[in-house]
Amino acid sequence: MSARDYQPVIGLEVHCQLNTASKMFTGCPSRTDAAPNELTDPYTLGLPGTLPVPNKAAVEYALRMAIATDSTIQPVSRWARKHYFYPDLPKGYQITQNDHPYALGGGLEVPGPKGAEHETTYVRLIRIHMEEDAGKNTHLHGEPDSLVDYNRAGAPLIEIVSEPDIRSAAEAARYLKELRAIVRYLGISEANMEEGTLRCDANVSLGPAGGPLGTRCEIKNLNSFKFLELAIKAELRRQRDLLERGEPVRQCTLSYDVARDVTRVMRIKEAAADYRYFPEPDMPPLLVDAAWVARVRSEVPELPAARRARYRGLELTAYDAAVLTADAALAAYFDAALARAEGEDAITPKKLCNWITGELLRRAKEDEGASLEPGRAPVEPAWLVDLVALVERGVISARAGKEVLGKSYAERVAPADIVERDGYRQVSDTSELSALIEGVLDRGAKQVEQYLGGKDKLLGFFVGQIMKATRGQANPQVVRPLLLEALRRRGS
Amino acid sequence: MNSDEHEERGEAGGGGDGRPATELSAREIAAAVRGGSRSARAVLEDHLEQVDALEPELRAFLRRPSALARSRAQALDDARARGETLGPLAGVPIALKDIFVTRGVETTCGSRILAGWVPPYDGAHAERLERAGAVLFGKLTMDEFAMGSSNENTPFEPPRNPWALDRVPGGSSGGSAVAVAARMAAASLGTDTGGSIRQPAGFCGVVGLKPTYGRVPRFGMIAFASSLDQAGPLTRDVRDAARVLQCLAGHDPRDASSLRDPVPDLEVACERGADGLRVGVPRAMIEQPGLDPAVRDAFERSLAALERAGAERVDVALPHARYAVACYYVLSPAEAASNLARYDGVRYGLRVERATLRETYEATRDAGFGAEVKRRILLGTFVLRADSYDRYYGRAMRVRTLIARDYEAAFASCDVIATPTSPTPAFPLGQNAGDPLAMYLSDVFTIGANLAGLPAISIPGGLAPATADAPPLPIGFQLLGPRLGEPTLLAAAAAHEAETGWHAQRPPLLGGLTRGALS
Repeated sequence: MSARDYQPVIGLEVHCQLNTASKMFTGCPSRTDAAPNELTDPYTLGLPGTLPVPNKAAVEYALRMAIATDSTIQPVSRWARKHYFYPDLPKGYQITQNDHPYALGGGLEVPGPKGAEHETTYVRLIRIHMEEDAGKNTHLHGEPDSLVDYNRAGAPLIEIVSEPDIRSAAEAARYLKELRAIVRYLGISEANMEEGTLRCDANVSLGPAGGPLGTRCEIKNLNSFKFLELAIKAELRRQRDLLERGEPVRQCTLSYDVARDVTRVMRIKEAAADYRYFPEPDMPPLLVDAAWVARVRSEVPELPAARRARYRGLELTAYDAAVLTADAALAAYFDAALARAEGEDAITPKKLCNWITGELLRRAKEDEGASLEPGRAPVEPAWLVDLVALVERGVISARAGKEVLGKSYAERVAPADIVERDGYRQVSDTSELSALIEGVLDRGAKQVEQYLGGKDKLLGFFVGQIMKATRGQANPQVVRPLLLEALRRRGS
Repeated sequence: MNSDEHEERGEAGGGGDGRPATELSAREIAAAVRGGSRSARAVLEDHLEQVDALEPELRAFLRRPSALARSRAQALDDARARGETLGPLAGVPIALKDIFVTRGVETTCGSRILAGWVPPYDGAHAERLERAGAVLFGKLTMDEFAMGSSNENTPFEPPRNPWALDRVPGGSSGGSAVAVAARMAAASLGTDTGGSIRQPAGFCGVVGLKPTYGRVPRFGMIAFASSLDQAGPLTRDVRDAARVLQCLAGHDPRDASSLRDPVPDLEVACERGADGLRVGVPRAMIEQPGLDPAVRDAFERSLAALERAGAERVDVALPHARYAVACYYVLSPAEAASNLARYDGVRYGLRVERATLRETYEATRDAGFGAEVKRRILLGTFVLRADSYDRYYGRAMRVRTLIARDYEAAFASCDVIATPTSPTPAFPLGQNAGDPLAMYLSDVFTIGANLAGLPAISIPGGLAPATADAPPLPIGFQLLGPRLGEPTLLAAAAAHEAETGWHAQRPPLLGGLTRGALS
């Protein structure tokens, strides 16, 4: 059997830390930028006598996610305890949801690969549940003791479990990116993989195409999009090698060794821990009624897939739509600019998009990924629209426009002011330009002769001379017909 | 509740009569302190003297933060001198079972594993009692993590029953019952997971009230079995229990299972009497092989007393009651094994350091927990295993529902249900210590209320006649009410108390009068 006869089947389990002000079951503050063990309280430390009380804001954030992914919100869900001993787990159990999660089903549309963004796939979800995070153990090399930081202990998490609908490592990365875009649109998480506010485990199996499913192996703790993709590829290689040697794939948990680009078995599933789940007796079931869902639904903004569809309706390409929607702030910027350009027929959405995804986004990326969120962006959406209008009306040239945008970005000054201050206004006055053209043609009598003799290419030479004489500020749209007319007159 | 009402109803005449404060009810003390006929300091000193005199024999206290209590009492006296109005428990010396978390005062839950743990916060109970003016002056002994029915499951000296020093006081709130029976505390707090307030109250001849599940918040009460645990008062009469509960009850946003229902005036409820109340008697459940004839006789006398007070006796059936003990000993160890997982030596309490993490866990928990606690952790861990969950935990949960429905059905035809509190009076120290099953069966009448989440009270039900090996011993009479039926329960209990006067019977240890009165 050759490699292409195998079918990869992939499902992701994604943990997303909610950015509520306090933790999942206590008023203790929740942040990612505190000194070790600064964010603790009696509950977080598992002190005797403390009790969990659900954080309403965290529940609402979780509901937003369910609404955004069409997952069915359960009117009654239950908390459960999952037991294991580890120093970063203060109570000896984690409060999570097991048999009765708050949301079941749903799914999301995943854009196709670059250049084929419109070839979307749909990845279904099995469930979403809420839980509290554990703390963090740090083992210092060469030290006998480990250090424990409980800042993260008790932080609110949602776990989004997909169906095994993903068919390639690249698609897995696109799915995760789309998921990240959704939670960022919803404003419920920073969803930063490096900081661990977005974490991913991948279930990977390989079986004969069209045949029975292969044995599922789980790769833990994939902390970047790149490693997710590489790890899945490495695991598919490992499984294919086993299958081709006729050896069984055993259900197991693996980690990804970045240095060697291979997956390593951590433990075989038969020896897996028994977490002794049981219903959390400290809290009644979570009840979510229709009115609550309706209220949260009204707070859910337009999501990436809907925005992509709307942008395509504005005659943007699938690629443009994908670029604009990949970042909620960028999409909001585009929308603010669109609203500002309303009524200016010369400024098409496509032109705005080109300026935003081209010149502006490039500068933001060079600026260490500065936010383009309207209100925080160095160049306000209104300024950008003004700039595009200046270019479209011929007040400044497109090239000057780029320079003006650069200055506006760096100095936070309105483009119109820069145009005036630094003299970017194009010369469009026909009598002024006509006199200039006559001068250029007088000085280049020889070239005029050659041009009239049939050397059409010399038109560019004359344009260049005129631009030089105006320090680039002659409006080429005006210059061109005047120049042709002047040349024609000399030839007759 | 308006605090002035307490003043009017309080037995203000009890204040300045020269009796030592240890002879007064909590209501009498509060009235005297509020009225100024006694100082909170003097009340406290009387109790501290009583503790000094009797504690060497009784061993009820694990800790006595006397200096803290004195300054607290002084602060109350100063507040009164400034013209401030004091609360309904003004100056009442109350001791807490060591399961209640007290800021700055070591709290061990009767276990070596929490030795030296000084909580950085106060639980709801200490907070609410202090707000009502109580002077908290001691932490009381208990079965380790509230697991036991004799208070012998302790790494410390087991307490003695004030009625007979060779007998157990019951458990797990043994210290709480002893302190109140021996007049060392005007009232105490206990916790009841399967009878741990009511059984020791019955064994020691005092009143013990387990409220409806969730009526008193659990925040600051160290968990044994979360779905069953409930705190409540032990006092020397029914109205004192009503007053202490009044101060403890009500929603706490720090406990998701605490009830939001308003708390009615419980002392007013005590005045209703028993007239027309229907008292359900589950005869089939009561008549069981282990029932002591003296307990049966006392139970009949209690029923007769309620009838004299105007109550009517009706038969009720609790068909699933016989499964209650089995059900309880699946569910409570499961929750306990989980709740006790946090005692790992990492953050607080005992740590027995070993070479590896796993060995440290094992050594810490081996040294820190006693035999009964370990037994229940093993039981609980077993029943929650993935391959035994359905057969044990899942099934026990279904049985629990059936038991709760039994009570619901029974309360359609009666207002309260009466049973003995325990099948026997207090047994000798050591008698059941090696026989966990016999010990578990002593909870047969009390466990149902916990499984169904219902309020129940044990009140003095007379004395068993002296025998060749035992002096007269108290017998508890238990009444159960429907959910949030505390008012009816208290009405029936107060009527029984008025009819019998048995709450006035005193342990011989105290003599006819206390020391103070003799001088």
